[in-house]
Amino acid sequence: MGRKRQHIRDHSAEANLFARRCAIALLIVVAMLGVVVSNLYSLQVSQFEDYQTRSNGNRIKVLPVAPNRGLIYDRNGILLAENRPVFTLEVIPEQIDDLQQTIKKLAVLMDITAEEQEEFFTTLNSQRRFKPVALKTQLSEEEVARFSAQQHHYKGVSIEARLSRHYPYGDTLTHILGYVAKINKTDLQKITEAGQEANYAATYDIGKLGIEKFHEDKLHGEVGYQQVEVNSQGRIIRTLDVDPPTPGQDIVLNIDLQLQMAVQKTLEEQRGTVVVSDPKTGGILAMYSNPSYDPNLFVHGISRKNYAALLNSPDRPLINRATQGQYPPASTIKPHLALLGLDSGTIDRDYTIKDTGRFRLPNVSHVWRDWKRWGHGKVNVSKAIEVSCDTYYYDLAYKLGIDKISAAMTDFGFGDYTGIDLYEESDGNMPSRGWKRARFNEPWYVGDTIPVGIGQSFWTATPIQLNQSVNTLINRGTRYVPQLLRGYMQSNGEVALASPKTLRPYLVQEDKNWNIVLKAMWKVVNGEEGTARHAFDDVLYESAGKTGTAQLFSIGQNESYEEDEVAERLRDNAMYVGFAPFDAPEISVTVVIENAGGGSSNAAPVARQVMDYYFANISSTTFPDPEATPEDAAP
Amino acid sequence: MKNKRATLSNNTPRLLERFHIDVILLMGLLTLMGVGMVTLYSASGQDMAQMERQLTRLAVGLGVMLIMAQIPLMAYRRLSPYAYIAGLLMLIAVLLFGDMGKGAQRWLDLKVIRFQPSELMKLAVPMMVAWYISKFTLPPRTLHVVTGFILVVIPTVLIARQPDLGTSLLIASSGIFAIFLAGMSWRLIGVVAGMIGAFAPVMWFFLMKEYQKQRVVTFLNPESDPLGAGYHIIQSKIAIGSGGAQGKGWLQGTQSQLEFLPERHTDFIFSVFSEEFGLVGVIGLLAIYLFIICRGLIIATRAQDAYSKLLAGSITLTFFVYIFVNMGMVSGLLPVVGVPLPLISYGGTSMVTLMAGFGILMAIGTQKRFLSR
Repeated sequence: MGRKRQHIRDHSAEANLFARRCAIALLIVVAMLGVVVSNLYSLQVSQFEDYQTRSNGNRIKVLPVAPNRGLIYDRNGILLAENRPVFTLEVIPEQIDDLQQTIKKLAVLMDITAEEQEEFFTTLNSQRRFKPVALKTQLSEEEVARFSAQQHHYKGVSIEARLSRHYPYGDTLTHILGYVAKINKTDLQKITEAGQEANYAATYDIGKLGIEKFHEDKLHGEVGYQQVEVNSQGRIIRTLDVDPPTPGQDIVLNIDLQLQMAVQKTLEEQRGTVVVSDPKTGGILAMYSNPSYDPNLFVHGISRKNYAALLNSPDRPLINRATQGQYPPASTIKPHLALLGLDSGTIDRDYTIKDTGRFRLPNVSHVWRDWKRWGHGKVNVSKAIEVSCDTYYYDLAYKLGIDKISAAMTDFGFGDYTGIDLYEESDGNMPSRGWKRARFNEPWYVGDTIPVGIGQSFWTATPIQLNQSVNTLINRGTRYVPQLLRGYMQSNGEVALASPKTLRPYLVQEDKNWNIVLKAMWKVVNGEEGTARHAFDDVLYESAGKTGTAQLFSIGQNESYEEDEVAERLRDNAMYVGFAPFDAPEISVTVVIENAGGGSSNAAPVARQVMDYYFANISSTTFPDPEATPEDAAP
Repeated sequence: MKNKRATLSNNTPRLLERFHIDVILLMGLLTLMGVGMVTLYSASGQDMAQMERQLTRLAVGLGVMLIMAQIPLMAYRRLSPYAYIAGLLMLIAVLLFGDMGKGAQRWLDLKVIRFQPSELMKLAVPMMVAWYISKFTLPPRTLHVVTGFILVVIPTVLIARQPDLGTSLLIASSGIFAIFLAGMSWRLIGVVAGMIGAFAPVMWFFLMKEYQKQRVVTFLNPESDPLGAGYHIIQSKIAIGSGGAQGKGWLQGTQSQLEFLPERHTDFIFSVFSEEFGLVGVIGLLAIYLFIICRGLIIATRAQDAYSKLLAGSITLTFFVYIFVNMGMVSGLLPVVGVPLPLISYGGTSMVTLMAGFGILMAIGTQKRFLSR
């Protein structure tokens, strides 16, 4: 059958037909390959640059690199805030076969608590497998060494070092330096508002308090960038290019660490504050508020328990008493009022009153008493400062009136921020008619004016304000802003000094009035009846000052003040403002000690210790010891 | 020594001839395999285990080709209807009891080996159509063309329902090529083209599964879903385009080495090749493919009988369909249907079928002489 059919077929015709069809097929094949090639030409040649850009966009990522935070030095170049490597034990889950087993073994080796493990597994589940997860933070050097010896047994586990802030002097400088801590939501919002997101993209910590916060913009520096090649999962394969970050500026403070430590020691366990400044510039040499706390606790996140303890402590360690404490200035402002009285012509240097220990307004039954029950007798302006005569100032305040006092004391800076380079500052209160109306909706009574004469009656001031105002007296009207910042450390080790900032000066009619007041302050320390004469017995340097005792508790008209009967927290605040040497003042010291009692016996001795320390150890000025015999001086 | 070498070189072609090896075709295939291994080394991320497995498969493929070349052409012709019917039954069996794999029923578990009947049909369909058409004189009459199409459509639909769009496309084209080469009239071709156009909506609404429709939608507008279904095509186009004319260099393709390219050692290996060797490399690769296709068509035209001619032509042109569909889909010309780049893509089953096809081609190319003598 098959053979028969083959005879019928026209083989050559069929072969020709097939060959023709094959040729057509080949043509179609070539044409279709042409389509493929032209499409590839369009992709690879015509649109090459577009696709090359997209390919690079896939693989090249730009990562921010955090700048190193600027360091903080004291005026002598001692490091007060440094960047230390902190070690973290990190685990890359992807590189570990049996994660549970590895963690179990590590827990034994590195004393990892159950909470730390729990946190680790929580973090683990929310991250990509190749990203390192912290298992234990803040390893000690001993722990680092212990792990390093065993590291070869733990593939995918490593110790990472990151720079973190450390404050080597702990609680000595807390209220000055403040601290840095992890950037939180609120910080992030502020950063965004300031348009600094890019600059903070890689930054971990931010200044939360003190100098760290106030000078954050200088300390932070400029972010750098690293161009890396990544794969499709975002894992970094290699670094292509680096644009290094600009480190933050190293800053130098006016603080003298030695003096600061001495100040801390003099306050001992007492609640209070000492401010020491250089009256020539307003620079703050020391500023300590007691009690303080360790700022390092905050850097790595303070525990809830520790924070609650600080927050709820009745001693209020979180407050910087020097700038935030608002105290009645008491007798420390008598020199200021005396100057006002003299300069306004209300009194002159010979104006005298007879102090019987009691002051009365005409037709008013209320009696204002002097601190000395029987009075000081005949008192002129100089003696009124020397012995701190209250009655004289009741009279003066009455004569001046609240409007003059309020205006002049505002010019001295009371009731306003001093402008110190800290955000933690209160403005205090300088009372006035307008203030009382606004605050209590009551008129100002003459009776309100009388205690203003002795720095009471709604008048509150911060220790830094008092210090600034005394400097104004010393400088005869020139007003400086208290400054912690001294300048910037340059790469050659020199300090580029920041220029002192001045405020609108306090103007007087007659310059000699300054001298009257300053001389009276000298008598406080050196006069026969000076309230600080005992505190400054046998000093080698000449100093001047003013004591103050602020009443916190009103006693009844016919009662007398019995210290033992008044609860401790209601006892008087002891205060002292002073400066030395008298002729060319180098330091101005302000002391406030809460609930310590009288200023003469409780605050002035502290000021003396500080001055003693300063002239013995820091000042270049030397004072001959009048009691030293030539033999003693011989070798 | 000199004498011995001369005898050896004289004997070599004869030795190859005895084992029905077409030297020219073999050279083309080996070159392609070489290029494939070089590309795979890069695409697999220098994975030596994958290289070894692929080498093993190539060796198996060459072995299968050698065996297929030895089988007498008469046997192929006689076996054609039985192979076709057996394949058809197995396809039905797969739909009824087949194993699921990646959401599709393709595998038939014969207890001893797992088997994909669709792979058998890649050869059985052109064999059956060639057998049926060549029973009558060429060019075929309309009735025979219609019958031929029915023989093609049944397995195509069965495979499309598995669903395996790529394979059904390859099987459909293999049968249609046989009918076309037989000399089907141009008028009829026009009618069929019209019918296929009419069939497309039927495919869309009744035969295609959701993921297949998704592929078509994505193909039409890949940027509509850049991280989802469009990701493959976008990344593949970026790889190809960024390769440029010269290419980024072997092992230097960032899209492939950094794993932006999915399935880069299997269906998308052409993207790796294009990225690293550029348009110049691609044209070289196409030249190798064209060389093999030309050789296949020469073998077909030189074949003695109509069955051999149609089968050889169909196998050769189907080989081209692999190339065109694969290159078309990775470069965004065609929807992604899962067709590998022949002898370059990593993977076993379809390569063995391809090599079996080349074995038959070699049988046709070498056995005719014995018949004609």
